[in-house]
Amino acid sequence: MFTNSTTLQLFKMTTETNYKVPTMADMTAAGEEPEILFWVGCAGSFDDRYKRVTIAFVRILNHVGIKFAVLGQEEACTGDPARRAGNEFLFQMQAVSNIQVLNGYNVKKIVTACPHCFNTLKNEYPELGGNYDVVHHSQFLQELINQGRIKVKDGQPFKGRRITFHDSCYLGRANKVYEAPRDVLAALDADLVEMKRSKANGLCCGAGGGQYFKEPEPGKKDVNVERVEEALGTGADTIAVACPFCMTMMSDGVKNKNKEDSVRVFDISELIAQAEGL
Amino acid sequence: MEIVQQFFFIAALAVTAWYITKRVQLISRAIKLGRPENRFDHANERLKTMLLVAFGQKKMFTNWLVGLMHFVIYAGFLIINLEILEIILDGVLGTHRLFAPYITSIYPFLINTFEILAFGVLAVCVVFLCRRFVAKVSRFQPERHREMTRWPRTDAAIILIAEILLMIAFLTWNASDSVLRDRGVGHYVHLQGIVPDFVISQFLKPLFAGFSDIGLIAYERIAWWAHILGIMAFAVYVTYSKHLHIALGFPNVYFSDLQPKGEMQNMPEITKEVQLALGLPTTTAADGSQTNDNGLQPGVDSPAEVGRFGAKDVQDLKWINLMNAYSCTECGRCTAACPANITGKKLSPRKIMMDTRDRLEEIQQGWKVNGFDYKDSKSLLNDYITAEELNACTTCQACINACPININPLDIILQLRRYRVMEESQAPASWNAMFSNIENNMAPWKFSPSDRFNWAEQVNQ
Repeated sequence: MFTNSTTLQLFKMTTETNYKVPTMADMTAAGEEPEILFWVGCAGSFDDRYKRVTIAFVRILNHVGIKFAVLGQEEACTGDPARRAGNEFLFQMQAVSNIQVLNGYNVKKIVTACPHCFNTLKNEYPELGGNYDVVHHSQFLQELINQGRIKVKDGQPFKGRRITFHDSCYLGRANKVYEAPRDVLAALDADLVEMKRSKANGLCCGAGGGQYFKEPEPGKKDVNVERVEEALGTGADTIAVACPFCMTMMSDGVKNKNKEDSVRVFDISELIAQAEGL
Repeated sequence: MEIVQQFFFIAALAVTAWYITKRVQLISRAIKLGRPENRFDHANERLKTMLLVAFGQKKMFTNWLVGLMHFVIYAGFLIINLEILEIILDGVLGTHRLFAPYITSIYPFLINTFEILAFGVLAVCVVFLCRRFVAKVSRFQPERHREMTRWPRTDAAIILIAEILLMIAFLTWNASDSVLRDRGVGHYVHLQGIVPDFVISQFLKPLFAGFSDIGLIAYERIAWWAHILGIMAFAVYVTYSKHLHIALGFPNVYFSDLQPKGEMQNMPEITKEVQLALGLPTTTAADGSQTNDNGLQPGVDSPAEVGRFGAKDVQDLKWINLMNAYSCTECGRCTAACPANITGKKLSPRKIMMDTRDRLEEIQQGWKVNGFDYKDSKSLLNDYITAEELNACTTCQACINACPININPLDIILQLRRYRVMEESQAPASWNAMFSNIENNMAPWKFSPSDRFNWAEQVNQ
């Protein structure tokens, strides 16, 4: 099913900066084993906006000196949208194939910037034979901050700025990860304001359960607009997210409200990378 | 006279018991229509959840004021039932306040407690009626929620008014009884000096000052009978009503989901097909437990006939989904939290639960007329729940989080979706496109899989 990625360079790098993105295949060929596999996900690989998140996170990993690897072309959709839409067969085809690849590389620990991949890898792959220690990038960043490996310097650009965090359903309610992304934002020394519906009561962005891949049913409003109105109500100039689909939905909502000049949507890893000057 | 009353009381008790037994048997038969699933594991965790969420009403206190009011009715229901014991024994034995001479020292304390609770229940029921019909709390309004018209609305009013009437009967019975005791009429004189006035009903005594002795005895008897017959009738009524949550809430929480809310249940019968399709050995999965979860015997190969993929009707759902439906009291916290419903889509998680229950009740009606083997041509999907509702769900789990007794409407939605997609190939066109992209491009979009790693070229730009 998968082609060997022999055509890939061992390390992708340029001369002026030195960020590396080693693949699992190359690392294994070199007889090495990464500390952690970075599961990029489809949005992180193909969506122009979320690729910037992938790059920000990779730069942080490089900066901190984590020995990581990605699957590159060997990665495939976890099957989450297919499963939630009702196509169990397609989901399991994806899952079983992915598990073969992951187990083939003897992967033990995975980090991902996508809550949907996170939930699926963590909760739904074990029953199909894929048992890994899976963390979301918010948890990973929180750990790096707690260990002092990421130190946000004084006078960085976020001090005193007003940020609100939008909980992703599959990170928050699905897996009770509420504090990790907030701790990461707290490290920025910004003014973190909560929306009325937050944490366990957070309102969905409208993308989950396959909604991202079709037009919404008839109604009086789009879910992302409802959510962005709430976010704008906090007076925040930055909406922080931790999910590629929330990223798109919230960005579209901000545009819908004609606020794209005054309000920006960022992933938490982008904010850390900015603060670190990466 | 005494004997006639005793006879009538025992007859009423027997009829009530017979009715309730019949209803319990029917409802439990209906719940057992669902597919088997083991929910008897992790007893400690389940017990802890039940103590916190059901007994402790933890999730009701999300809104502390409403939580407190609901707690008053709940505590009243549990504790006033102690008084029912004396009332029933009095009815059967033809006695009057049987316990009073034996537990004289604590009797006033007990009745005072019951009276305070009864007054609390009465007051809260009035507030709840006002919330529903005067203040018009949005989640109860038929103009906003189409599932809240007619019967559900009437049902709610009947329950609250019945509880108010029962409490009035209890308190005025105590008051008229106290006046009779003061006047030393008939057998009431025996408890003079033993039973004092009670904390709430003493203020109701002036109401009866103008009554003749005969009139007072008549009122005392009528109130006593109205109260106990009302309770019996209410107990039967509850089995037809959304109010069944007072009984099923506890087991429903005990058997509720323990896994993370985001985890979708696996379909082992599909795993076998997938392994065949990929040319892998068809081993049972690494973790053998899921075969047990689905009621299949470990070691037995794929069942001769794999049932339906997903659910079309209630029989295809799991028994816990059906217990959820009978436990739902239609409070609508799920629907008020649902992003699809908030933004005007047809989906309402509460309606999913009500539809499931209505379908089960319809099947029960069929049983009554045609016997237990009867099958009609209707189904939960299409006849009750439409594709438009199912497709609007974002699977955000806000409904599960909102439910005070851990009902899971999402699980039903997902099983119905599975049936539509896998048995009927009825996914929306753009979902079919997404499926084919995943199948061919390993991503839900139409990008070439060979471009998947191109982002890495930008990492140093």
